[in-house]
Amino acid sequence: MNFFRIDTRFLPPLLITSILLTAHLSFGILEGWERTALAIVTAIVAELVMGRLTYGVWPHPASAYISGISAGILVRSPFYWPYFLTSLISITSKYVLRFRGRHLWNPTNFGVSAVVFLAPATVAVLSVQWGNVVAPMAVIWVLGTVIVWRVGRLHISATYVLSFLAFSFVRAWWSGTPWVANVAPITGPMYQLFTFFMVTDPKTTVRSVRGQCIVVFLVALLETVLRLNEVVYAPFYALFIVGPIALLVEQWRDARRPARATTA
Amino acid sequence: MPSLLRQRIAWVAWTIVLIASLSAVYALNRQAEGRHLADDEGGDTRFGFRLQESAKAMGVDFTHQAPTFDSQFDHIMPQVAAMGAAVAVTDFNRDGWQDLYVTNSAEDSRNRLYRNDRGTFVDVAGEVGLADVNRRASGVSMGSVWGDFDNDGWDDVLVYKYGRPELFRNVEGRSFTQVGERAGLPAWVNANSATWLDYDRDGYLDLFIAGYWPENVNLWKLETTRVMPESFEYATNGGRKYLLRNRGDGTFEDRTDAMGIRSRRWTLALIAADLLGSGYPDLFLSNDYGVSELFANRNGTRFEDVAADARVGLSPKSGMNASVGDIFNDGRLAIYKTNITEPGQLLQGNDLWIRGSDASIAFENLASSLKVDFGGWSWGAQFGDLNNDGTQDLYLTNGYVSAGERTSYWYDFGVIATGHSTIIGDAKNWPPMRGRSLSGYQRKRVWVNDGAGRFTDVAQVVGATDTFDGRAVALADLGNRGVLDVIVANQRGPLLIYRNRVQPDRHWIQFELEGRAESGFSRMASNRSAFGARVELHWSGRKQVQEVTAASGFSAQNQRRVHYGLGSAAAVDRVVIRWPSGQMQTIEKPEIDRLHVVKEPAVRR
Repeated sequence: MNFFRIDTRFLPPLLITSILLTAHLSFGILEGWERTALAIVTAIVAELVMGRLTYGVWPHPASAYISGISAGILVRSPFYWPYFLTSLISITSKYVLRFRGRHLWNPTNFGVSAVVFLAPATVAVLSVQWGNVVAPMAVIWVLGTVIVWRVGRLHISATYVLSFLAFSFVRAWWSGTPWVANVAPITGPMYQLFTFFMVTDPKTTVRSVRGQCIVVFLVALLETVLRLNEVVYAPFYALFIVGPIALLVEQWRDARRPARATTA
Repeated sequence: MPSLLRQRIAWVAWTIVLIASLSAVYALNRQAEGRHLADDEGGDTRFGFRLQESAKAMGVDFTHQAPTFDSQFDHIMPQVAAMGAAVAVTDFNRDGWQDLYVTNSAEDSRNRLYRNDRGTFVDVAGEVGLADVNRRASGVSMGSVWGDFDNDGWDDVLVYKYGRPELFRNVEGRSFTQVGERAGLPAWVNANSATWLDYDRDGYLDLFIAGYWPENVNLWKLETTRVMPESFEYATNGGRKYLLRNRGDGTFEDRTDAMGIRSRRWTLALIAADLLGSGYPDLFLSNDYGVSELFANRNGTRFEDVAADARVGLSPKSGMNASVGDIFNDGRLAIYKTNITEPGQLLQGNDLWIRGSDASIAFENLASSLKVDFGGWSWGAQFGDLNNDGTQDLYLTNGYVSAGERTSYWYDFGVIATGHSTIIGDAKNWPPMRGRSLSGYQRKRVWVNDGAGRFTDVAQVVGATDTFDGRAVALADLGNRGVLDVIVANQRGPLLIYRNRVQPDRHWIQFELEGRAESGFSRMASNRSAFGARVELHWSGRKQVQEVTAASGFSAQNQRRVHYGLGSAAAVDRVVIRWPSGQMQTIEKPEIDRLHVVKEPAVRR
């Protein structure tokens, strides 16, 4: 039976790789492998160098692989440099933007948000469908659901999806646009990556299950506010803002807890 | 080194790396925004030409009107009724002056045939019978393509429509007779592109019409709102294509399926040219909502889609243009396909496909490295030597819907574009436009080619300063002055004629070809319009190839004569013509600064 057991750290990389392969072999989503490969290699090399020089040990490359491949899929640009720099910024942010030993931003979220904000003329984010048939999309959703369940993060993805759907009614009512149009984005591949990999990142989510659910609910809420203001990259910016604040609040509460206990 | 100290040193180093990376992103973006944009110094003396909009001064006062479809489209009407402004250049009366046929698209609106009276234009569409073709019952014009399908020496015209295609036979330049029904054309095609080509080289022009919307959709009377593309980039629910072989007796037979063309993509532009070096015209289809298609012509017996092997059909975009040009003066025809670029939203970038070598059919996209990739929401584009320096430049028009200024429909457009087929495919799910613009009021591009792989956008410097919603671009020497003028048809906007003034010390040469085929079957002779002829000019150690094509760009047709700028060269070594029949002809030292009318010689047996 051990043959079928697998280090859970490898599950997300396997999922994201299978998403990419399925999408490319089915629909040829990549104009070439070069840009995606550049993003992956940059992320892994940066992680290995920075981890080794900072802590004196070789870090496990799974996390960097996810950051790199996510950047390679999400970033859309005719140039090569955005793929290199998005990965480099993503990984570097892990080593720089830290508080009490934890990095505050999901690396890919930080990298992608920074690049699309600073380079709107040259970088966009994957936004359209991969193909127009239900089967590959369903496979990815089912596979993703199973894997986040295996790693104990299903409640995060589920809360986010339900919140997104609930807020889509609000957006439709507020903007006077069809409800299905407001649901449309979550049927696309960008949200598959966002739902399964970004909001569930163990390193940048709070610890308690209830807190995790509240945080992604707030992400969906802020996303709705941004969407009502026609901010295209609303989910990335919402997570960019809410994620670190949630971690800081958690650390502030952690710091207060021993003090209260002592007083008592 | 103690680990805490090491971590602190590392933190400082990585902070520098992060700041440098973020700064680099900002700087590279700024650099890309302004790259190869010429500043306003020197004007025509710097680039050798200047464009002046002169339509009204030349007698042309035309504003395109868009159609009004079924009310179920009301909320998105500006984008579904966003095409139809088209222009074709012809010499319908054979007086040696290039005339213009301009389509209109509102129901009951009239098309215009501007006869060129030595540099000024007079509309004669009504008197020759080419004006009144836009009716709700039979559809409205989307463009036209001219060619001598009966080899009688007079250019006939196909008007393709969202509706019934109309074929008019030219009666000696005096009138036009509607012959489409007798010819056996399809009853209804929602087409934005069509071309004449002699795919089997039998001496008669065949016809290719590419559907955009499915042919069973009547846009004025929708039976369902589920008529939109099923995907933004992978749609295959568009209109069928028609390859109609000219029997030579005034009728056409549908050979589409038999020849292996089964596409149902949403084609917006196409070009027929010998792109793979077989001597037969291949077909390149620039498709909206998907990948391009390249149909290789296998000796006139079948077409084979080789787009994936040629690499031009791998990356789905929003194709809106197909034109060809020899930009490196090395005999290779580059294909320019336009797409959508909207900063912060969608960065497809235009494509410039160039074949690597004769040994392989693989093309390489050089648009980014040659810096002709970013052109806004790009539509029609044409290659032509605008400054007569001996290299082919590139004129591009753009802009989708210019409505409310400082308003944008892009957010809603982006939202629906991400939707699954069940969402995007239904018009009623599309958010209402409410008077908002979608990539409107855009700056045009005129890229000057320095011949060494550098293109510089000089549009604002040389005078191409309009911001209308451009669709079709055509190039023609309207004044027989040895320069290429630019004609631009704008959606819901005026027809513009940019009169070109080139530095007088630059030389030129033009060739107008006429195939030897005549009425009655005539194998071993070229079609009278010489579509498919390849003209190779040699001068001062340089070489440039041009091919005579019918449709080129988006809903456009250039003048049939080929124009070469020569720079300061005082002589041409030779011109080598490969006629569509396969016959080769060489003319030594043709005189420069004049037009040469060349008739195909009799076949040597």
